[in-house]
Amino acid sequence: MSDIKITIIDREGEAHVVDAPTDMNMNLMEVVRSHELAPEGTIGICGGMAMCASCQCYVLSHHHLLSEKSFEEEDMLDQAFYVEDNSRLGCQIFMTKELEGLAVKLAPEST
Amino acid sequence: MIKTDIIIIGAGPTGLFAVFEAGLLKLKCHLIDALPQPGGQCSEIYPKKPIYDIPGFPEVLAGDLVKNLMEQIKPFDPGFTLGERAETLEKLNDGSFIVTTSRGTKHHAPIVVIAGGLGSFEPRKPPIPVIGEYEDKGVEYIIRDPEVYRDKRVVIAGGGDSALDWSIFLADVASEVSLVHRRKDFRGALDSVEKVEELSKIGKINLITEAEVVDLKGEGNLDSVVIRHKGQASDEEVKVTDHFIPLFGLSPKLGPIGDWGLEIEKNAIKVDNTYDYQTNIPGVYAIGDVNTYPGKLKLILCGFHEAAIMCQSAYQRIFPDKKYVMKYTTVSGVDGFDGSRKEAKREVVKSIN
Repeated sequence: MSDIKITIIDREGEAHVVDAPTDMNMNLMEVVRSHELAPEGTIGICGGMAMCASCQCYVLSHHHLLSEKSFEEEDMLDQAFYVEDNSRLGCQIFMTKELEGLAVKLAPEST
Repeated sequence: MIKTDIIIIGAGPTGLFAVFEAGLLKLKCHLIDALPQPGGQCSEIYPKKPIYDIPGFPEVLAGDLVKNLMEQIKPFDPGFTLGERAETLEKLNDGSFIVTTSRGTKHHAPIVVIAGGLGSFEPRKPPIPVIGEYEDKGVEYIIRDPEVYRDKRVVIAGGGDSALDWSIFLADVASEVSLVHRRKDFRGALDSVEKVEELSKIGKINLITEAEVVDLKGEGNLDSVVIRHKGQASDEEVKVTDHFIPLFGLSPKLGPIGDWGLEIEKNAIKVDNTYDYQTNIPGVYAIGDVNTYPGKLKLILCGFHEAAIMCQSAYQRIFPDKKYVMKYTTVSGVDGFDGSRKEAKREVVKSIN
């Protein structure tokens, strides 16, 4: 079991420091869901295939340690709303030891 | 009026497999789906993605799974109302139901099964606060009749295939077509991107990139849109137009089902999982991703299981005095409504015995 601590600011602006396992191939969207930091049905709608942007988040730290955006992620962010320069899809950020201390903010839910 | 034994709302994998399970019990099904083709998310969102957890299929493309399910239920000859959203549910005095769609098609049955997955797919609306005020007053999310735009000024927003294709099509219909896109790159088919560039060069399409529509103006009807260029917050352009068509794909919503008096929990329909996946309205069931109960797993295979259980209960509800004994298809075979019959070869049955 090797967990890291990350900070997730929910859509109400509340910051949560949560444990995220690094040995389960878990992504950030799944961490948000497992800690119930967004209502069911509002995040990870496509299940993590970079096909819905419901897990869009703003990366507030560790930018340089994140993997490059894939073509699919770029595509999806291209169609999403409230996109900023630091926008990423949570489902494409996988938990690794290097991300200890990562801070992100969930983007607003789009209708 | 379409009459059947079971109305299934949602033609995704769970809804399709419910047709098979109902068919084994000699119950006819009719499916309603807001999408124009069966398959739900598997067809609409990820037809080319492999699925690895369907029993017996080490790997199957979502689109192929749907194709196989359609083949499997063919003998049970289900009816389809596609491209129409289930809008209202009416309970009659005899306990049966009428489900009416967005286009007014009426369906009558003693049983209604909601297999709506994440809900019906609806256009994604850009976050412009006043957009609702202009819907059908100059703002449309779907182009139903291109002739509406003849000799009109049109602003299309989006960067995918729909935005590109409609810009190309309307370039010959509308008096002016502007395509607004957040980036310089477009994610549509290369042919379409090149065609848009070509039409832009000859002035048939006004290409506005690295920009977004952020506001709408007009007294009653839309008369202009406000476009903000990237990195230039103060540099807003007001563009006079008759129509604004945002084309940003589809997003699933529970939709009108949410107003049917069903018990809803976390955007899903609460069911009695200890028994048969029936909702709080007797005769209305919910199976697959659309339902919730303690221990719920949103997996296609769980939807299949729920479909089988639900059909047994539906049968007892329709025929309270009949006793049905569950049979294995290996033994009983499959009798289609079209007269077809599938069964194991006699010698195989004998050798098993």
